[in-house]
Amino acid sequence: MTAVIEPIVGRYLKLQLDGRENRIYFEEAGEGIPLVCVHTAGADARQWRHLLNDEEVTRHFRVIAFDMPWHGKSFPPRGFEKDNYQLTTRAFMDAIRGFCAGLALDRPVFMGCSIGGRIVLDLARFHGREFRSLIGVQCSDHHVPWYDSSWMNRPDVHGGEVAAAVVSGMMAPQSPAWAVQETLWMYKQGGPGVFKGDLYFYGSEGDFREQAAQIDNAACPLYLLTGEYDYSATPEDTLRTAAKIPGAYVQVMKEVGHFPMSENPAQFRSYLMPVLQMIRERSA
Amino acid sequence: MHAPLPAMASLGSAERAQVENILRLPDLVNNNEPLVRRGQFVDLEFQLVVDSFPCFVTIAQGRVTKVHAGPLKMHSSAFVVRTSAAHWDKFWQRHPEPWWHDLFAMVKKGYATIDGDLHPFMCNLQYFKDVIASPRRTRA
Repeated sequence: MTAVIEPIVGRYLKLQLDGRENRIYFEEAGEGIPLVCVHTAGADARQWRHLLNDEEVTRHFRVIAFDMPWHGKSFPPRGFEKDNYQLTTRAFMDAIRGFCAGLALDRPVFMGCSIGGRIVLDLARFHGREFRSLIGVQCSDHHVPWYDSSWMNRPDVHGGEVAAAVVSGMMAPQSPAWAVQETLWMYKQGGPGVFKGDLYFYGSEGDFREQAAQIDNAACPLYLLTGEYDYSATPEDTLRTAAKIPGAYVQVMKEVGHFPMSENPAQFRSYLMPVLQMIRERSA
Repeated sequence: MHAPLPAMASLGSAERAQVENILRLPDLVNNNEPLVRRGQFVDLEFQLVVDSFPCFVTIAQGRVTKVHAGPLKMHSSAFVVRTSAAHWDKFWQRHPEPWWHDLFAMVKKGYATIDGDLHPFMCNLQYFKDVIASPRRTRA
């Protein structure tokens, strides 16, 4: 096999978030409309590796995927050893908006999955004019927990193994085994307590049911894509959310689950490309 | 490796079919070396219940050493997974439909329950998920 260097370039961005210095790792590829991507709870930006390598996308979009603080190659802020990490709505939005401002991006498109799909609703409601469009993958205005998240961070249970095992069932049986295992590998590498801390956003601050109807889709078009095998943010959840937002685009994706871009990139691509085409046409 | 068939005499055809899936676990699991290796620290007994019919599955160092189909009085197990024959049938399809593709999905939907000492279950979660799902491999 001939060695191949992928077009992805990785760099670090130092910025202040909540008065603390953060060193944010991001990867990018392509030129054109900035498309900022955020990963799911407990994982990292490697979930977007296939999109970053998609020449048909990067021909028109500058795809940028960053690791949230505490995730992947983004360290926690200094002094973190004293923190009890819990992702709040404000911290999540500040990180996304701070990152976009740090790179001086001109009204980027933002795409997030799971908690990243959920924060799309807050961004649309409160900061829609800063974005060209918002794509919520596995987005729901309300998340109902079905297990005790304390299992994710305790000394007598391997945090990485249990996190991966919990999310393994959220992927579709049709997803290729190699892609499923790569998706699980990211969970196995997560920092202690990080997945649990991310889920705080879902459980304690994630109820947006009363506010979804206040989103102005005309100000910033919203695109919602949900895999049919996701039982965390279900198709029913996404359709309910979309029904409250007149004009929002919604599509249930067949044969994918909670991690479409990572577990079955080809299948996800078939649903994403029409959305990106619509965004390009609006930007023309 | 399993109780004689008279223990299943009272079962209807739907229940019997699912119990027979469970009786295949020794062959399905023990011939899967990567799965056995992942369960190398597992030594316990758990139950899979079809409607109200219990099957006791004994694991030693990741291998299924015994499956007892039928009630046992005053017998304890580490944990119990319960659902109906109809739900087990849908769970064990080779390509199950949404909500039947994962035990936790079934629990969230209210189709199944998992009770007992969940510590060994959670410590070896992927192993147990794969053991319990292994009859899917035999479906067309």
